[in-house]
Amino acid sequence: MFMNFVVLQFPASNCDQDAVHAARLLGHSARLVWHKESSLGDADAVIVPGGFSYGDYLRCGAIARFSPVMQAVKQFAENGGLVLGICNGFQVLTEAGLLPGALIRNRDLQFHCEHVYLKTVTTDSPFTSQIPSGKILRVPIAHGEGCYFADEQTLASLKAKNQILWQYCDATGNITDTANPNGALQNIAGICNEKRNVAGLMPHPERACELILGSADGKFIFESVIHTLQNRLAKAA
Amino acid sequence: MKAKIIVTPKKAVLDPQGKTVQTALEHMGYRGVKAVHVGKYLEIELDGTDKEAARQQLNEAAHKFLSNPVIEDYKLEIE
Repeated sequence: MFMNFVVLQFPASNCDQDAVHAARLLGHSARLVWHKESSLGDADAVIVPGGFSYGDYLRCGAIARFSPVMQAVKQFAENGGLVLGICNGFQVLTEAGLLPGALIRNRDLQFHCEHVYLKTVTTDSPFTSQIPSGKILRVPIAHGEGCYFADEQTLASLKAKNQILWQYCDATGNITDTANPNGALQNIAGICNEKRNVAGLMPHPERACELILGSADGKFIFESVIHTLQNRLAKAA
Repeated sequence: MKAKIIVTPKKAVLDPQGKTVQTALEHMGYRGVKAVHVGKYLEIELDGTDKEAARQQLNEAAHKFLSNPVIEDYKLEIE
């Protein structure tokens, strides 16, 4: 069954086409929705893509958050729709208050563009359910402000409610400081909200869905989303 | 009227920019620098003369948009 992915497009989004490509590669339909639109149209899942929305002016994601399309995304999320923020999309979702915490400047002030390893902390989410147990994902990152920060209370709550989805690790799955590319607290690469229908991560699964790109591990994340959507439809039928 | 807003990283938040500037100052021979915090400065020109109304409005804007309360503090001055 075809799923309809909506990929948002802000001025200076630059991973929007990659996300569309990834969804289509997996046999589904994907459509771009411009930031000035106030409706998402027919959407099964929303991807907030990477890039430098509104030039990253003021703070990454700070201006995108107030765009008309984000009001529609908030409504979509409130109704239980699946929303995945990738890189700048993760920043937008934290600024919008759809995910807790914030992303700040990498601890070494460098822009990191490389492949990293990710440990999936829990498969209990629409974004991780199809990741094989123990599988270490190899996916690229490309960011200057990806250091995840949250105050102690928020961090404790994220852990208690099993909202940390991915952590940076080494090739064998050890969570080490050397494997942490940006200084993120507890090596956090991605999280979800309490309701588990909104997730964000700094790495780029959409750039790792076919072997010609060096890794196809990103597919597991998209397949998890697709699996969840298909299950929902089957239950509704 | 003119409003001045200074946004700084919260003390608990890692401030690699501040740290790097501090190290550079030390390398240049400036002694006694205990800490550096790099933030943002916004100057906002306003119509009208009601300072209190402006303060109320800008506090709201600073909280909602101009700063991110998760990682930043701000100071607002109106003159």
